[in-house]
Amino acid sequence: MPPDLVQQLTNVLHQVSGYIYPNEVELQWGLLVVVYPYITGLVAGAFILASLERVFSVKEVEPTYRLALLTALAFLLVAPLPLLLHLGHPERSFEIFLTPNVHSAMAMFGFVYAWYLAVVLQVEIWFDYRKDLVLWARNERGLRKWIHLILTLGATDISEQAVEFDRKAVRFITIIGIPSAFLLHGYVGFIFGSVKANPWWSSVLIPVVFLFSAMVSGIALVLMLYLLTGLVRRSLEMTCLDKLASFLFYALVVDFSLEILDFIHRLYEAEESIKILGTMISTRLFLSLVVLQALAGTVVPLICLAFVSPAFGKRALVRFPEELRRLLYLGSALLIQIGIFSTRWNVVIGGQLFSKSLRGLTVYKMELLGLEGFFVSVLLLAAPFFLLYILVKILPPWKEVPTTAVPEEAAGD
Amino acid sequence: MSSEANRAPNEPESQPGVSQDRREFLKQCVAAAPLLLAILPVAEVAAASTPDSSYKPEEHYYGMGIDVNKCIGCGRCADACKTENNVPREPFYFRTWVERYVLTTEGETVVTSPDGGIEGFPPSISEKGILRTFFVPKLCNHCANPPCVQVCPVGATFITRDGVVLVDKDYCIGCRYCIQACPYGARFLHPITHTAEKCTFCYHRVVQGKVPACVEVCPTGARIFGDVKARSSPLARFTRFNEIQVLKPQLNTEPKVYYANLDGEVR
Amino acid sequence: MVGTLIGARHYLVPKTFGALGHYRAAAIEANAAKPLVYAGHEACEMCHPDIVKTHDNAHHRNVACEVCHGAQAAHVESPGDHKPPAPRQRTFCPLCHAYDASRPTGFPQIDPVSHNPGRPCISCHNPHAPVPPHTPQECSACHGEIARTKALSQHAAIPCTTCHKVEERHKISPLSSTPSKPQTRDFCGQCHSKDAKAASDIARVDMSTHGERYVCWQCHYAHSPEAQ
Repeated sequence: MPPDLVQQLTNVLHQVSGYIYPNEVELQWGLLVVVYPYITGLVAGAFILASLERVFSVKEVEPTYRLALLTALAFLLVAPLPLLLHLGHPERSFEIFLTPNVHSAMAMFGFVYAWYLAVVLQVEIWFDYRKDLVLWARNERGLRKWIHLILTLGATDISEQAVEFDRKAVRFITIIGIPSAFLLHGYVGFIFGSVKANPWWSSVLIPVVFLFSAMVSGIALVLMLYLLTGLVRRSLEMTCLDKLASFLFYALVVDFSLEILDFIHRLYEAEESIKILGTMISTRLFLSLVVLQALAGTVVPLICLAFVSPAFGKRALVRFPEELRRLLYLGSALLIQIGIFSTRWNVVIGGQLFSKSLRGLTVYKMELLGLEGFFVSVLLLAAPFFLLYILVKILPPWKEVPTTAVPEEAAGD
Repeated sequence: MSSEANRAPNEPESQPGVSQDRREFLKQCVAAAPLLLAILPVAEVAAASTPDSSYKPEEHYYGMGIDVNKCIGCGRCADACKTENNVPREPFYFRTWVERYVLTTEGETVVTSPDGGIEGFPPSISEKGILRTFFVPKLCNHCANPPCVQVCPVGATFITRDGVVLVDKDYCIGCRYCIQACPYGARFLHPITHTAEKCTFCYHRVVQGKVPACVEVCPTGARIFGDVKARSSPLARFTRFNEIQVLKPQLNTEPKVYYANLDGEVR
Repeated sequence: MVGTLIGARHYLVPKTFGALGHYRAAAIEANAAKPLVYAGHEACEMCHPDIVKTHDNAHHRNVACEVCHGAQAAHVESPGDHKPPAPRQRTFCPLCHAYDASRPTGFPQIDPVSHNPGRPCISCHNPHAPVPPHTPQECSACHGEIARTKALSQHAAIPCTTCHKVEERHKISPLSSTPSKPQTRDFCGQCHSKDAKAASDIARVDMSTHGERYVCWQCHYAHSPEAQ
C-alpha cells in the first residue's frame, strides 16, 4: 500500500464533515476526468462553429472555418490521453473495443471517438484541403512537397467537377458531423446524467447543458485563437470577430438559461438531497460554482457581450472602438473558458464531494505531481496548442500561404 | 491518419473520368461499414467452468437477511471479512462495515462508522436526549438489477447464475464507473491491483457449502445467509416472519440484502 | 481489412467470454478458487467434540469458535504448525459485552471499568459456557440503562418488581420467561387516582377525565415519569 496514498487519504478523512460511507473517502474521478469533458467540449464546440459557415452559410465567419476544424482536430487527438492516464489498467483499454457492454454509456466512447475522428473530422478536413494540397504539392520543394503530396492520397484531380464534388462532400459530411459532434459530447453528459445513484448528476438536463457549454467554450476558443493569430499576422477582420462574439453571446444565453432552469427546478422540487447539496454549494463549491462558473464565467461575459457585440442587430448596443472591443472580446472569452472549466469541475468533483448517504461531505485534495496531478493536466491542456501549431504549419488555414511564395497560388475558397 | 486505411492501394493518380476518384473513395467508405459488424461482440461458445463439479450454481440464488435489532456493533464481521478476503486494513477500503445511528430527542440523526466499526464503537458520551439508537451492518446488496453491472464498459463485473455479483479482476480496466454507479457505497478501487473490488458473499466459501465469513462470526445471528427462493432455509423463514425493507428501494436496484426492523432514518 | 479485424477479435477476445453472459466465464472459477482463511465452526467438531458439546448447550452457542480463536483454516490444514490463539485479556470480551446505549436492551452488558476490575474475564466465566458465577440478583445487572434512568426519577424508590412480575427463571434464561407489564390504567391508579390509598405526596389525577382514551404509559415514561 503506497504510503503517500495512505497519508493523503488520512488527511482527507480528518476533513470529512458529517457522515460518509467508509469507501467514499477516496474520490474516484479526479482532475483528469475534469479535463476530458473540457477537451471534448472544445472539439464539439469548434466543429459546430465551423459548421455554421458551411451548412448555415454564415459568410462572416468564413475566415475561421479551417482554423476551427484544425483546432477541433488538435484537441481531439489529445482527448483520449486524460482517460488513458486515469485508468487503473490502461494496457487493457482495448477491451472497450473487443467486448463493449452495449448497456454502458462509457463503452460507446471508443466507437464515437473513432467515428468522429476518422469519418467526420479527418474526412472533412481532407476534402476541404484537397485542392490546396494538390496545388501546394505542385509548387513546393523538399519535405513540404512530400508531406502535401502524401496527404492528397493520390487524388490529384482538380478539375472543376472534382472541386465541386469536394465542396458537396464537405457539405454532406458537415451535415453528418453536426449530430456526430452532439453525440461526441452529449454521450459524456449522458455518462453522468444516467447515474441514478448520484442526485447531483442524475438529470435529464445534464447532456444538454454539457452540449451547450461545450459550444460556448468551443466558440470562445476559436474566437481567442482567431483574434490572437489575426493580430500576429495583421489580418484580423472585425466583422468576423463581431459575428463570432454574437454567436458566442447567443450560445451563452441558451447555456445560461439551461443552467438556471436546472437550478430552479432543483430548488423548487426540493428533493431529499437538497440539504446536503445546498451545504456543498455554500461550503466546498462556493468559489468554483458561485464565483467562477456563475458570476465570472457566465454573468460577466453575458453582460459584456450583450453590450459590446452586435448581437441584437447590425450595430452593438454601445459602440466601442475596435481595440477596446478586441480586448473585451478576449477578456470575455478567457473568462468563459475559466467558467466552462469550472462547470466541468463542479459536475465531476462536486458529484463526489457529498456522500450518497446524504449526510456528509468530503474534500478533494488535488495533487501537484503524479499522473493525476496539476502539472500533468496543464501539460494535457497545453499539448493541443502545440499540435495546432504543427497542423497550422502543415495545413495553413489562411487565405495567403505565408511560407513559399507561389505565382499561381489559389489556396482558399 | 486512418483515412488512409480506407483507400484502395492502387488507386490511379488522376483519371479522365469526372469524379472517379471521389466516387471510389466514397465506395471505400461504404465498403468499410461492415467494419462495425466486426467490432460488435460475437459470442464465443465455450464450456463454462465450475470450480467443483458437485456444486450446481443453477440450484441456488443467494441473498442475505440482516436483523437490525440483533446487531450489537461488535465489528467482528468487518474484521473477519478483511481477514478472509485479504482486504487492505487501512480505513478506506471496506467490503462490509457497521454504522451506528443515534437519533436524538431534538430530531437530529448522527451516523458514525469509525474504521467501519472494525474495533467496535466508542461509548456514547451521554445517554441524555437519545430517542433511538442502533447499529446497521452494510455490505454489497448483490442487487438483482445491479446498476454497477449495467455501467461496466467492458463486462468485467457481472451477476452469476446463483445471484452473486462478482468482479473479474483480470479484466477490469479500473475506470471506476461501477464505483460511481453503486448507490450504497459498497465498492472501492483496490490500491494495489487497481481494479474494482467489493463483497463477493465470500463466493469461494459459498461454493463449498460454507457461509460467508461475516455470517460465520456474527455472535448474535444478526446476519443470515441463504437461498432467496428456497422454501425451507433460514433466510426463507427470516423473510416470512419479519417485515422486510431494502435500502433505497426507489432506485429499483432490487437488492437481495433484506433488512428486518430497519429504521426509516437509515440511508 | 475486415478479415484482419475479425481475425484479431478471435485471438484477442478471451476464450470464455460470452459463454454465460457478457463476461469471462473463467472469472467465476477465479473467484471461487480463492483460499479459505476461516475454517467454519463445523470443522472444529471432528477434533474437539467435548468443547463443542459444552459450547453448543450454553449461552455462546451462536458464537462461532473462530470469533474468539481467530481464522483457523491453517490450523485445520496442519494442526501442529498453527496453534490458535485464545484471548485471555480483559480487552477482548468487552468488544461485545461492554455497555453501549445502542446495543439491544437485555443483551448482557457490563461496565468494563467497574465490573471486577483487574481480573481477567475468564477467571469467573468459562468462555465455552459463560454462565455468570452467580445469578444476577438485581435487575440493573442487565437492564442498566433503565435502572440508571429510574434511579434519577420520582419512581426511584419503587422496586422493579412492583410493576413487573418476573419468574426467577428470567435471570438464568431471559427469553424463556419475560417479565410482565401492567395492562390497565387502574394499575397506575392504585397510587395516582384521586381516591387511592397511597402516600399523600404522590401526584393525583382524576382518572375519569385525565387522558381517558389512553393507557398511562402512552404519554408518561414510567421509568422517568416527570420527563416532558
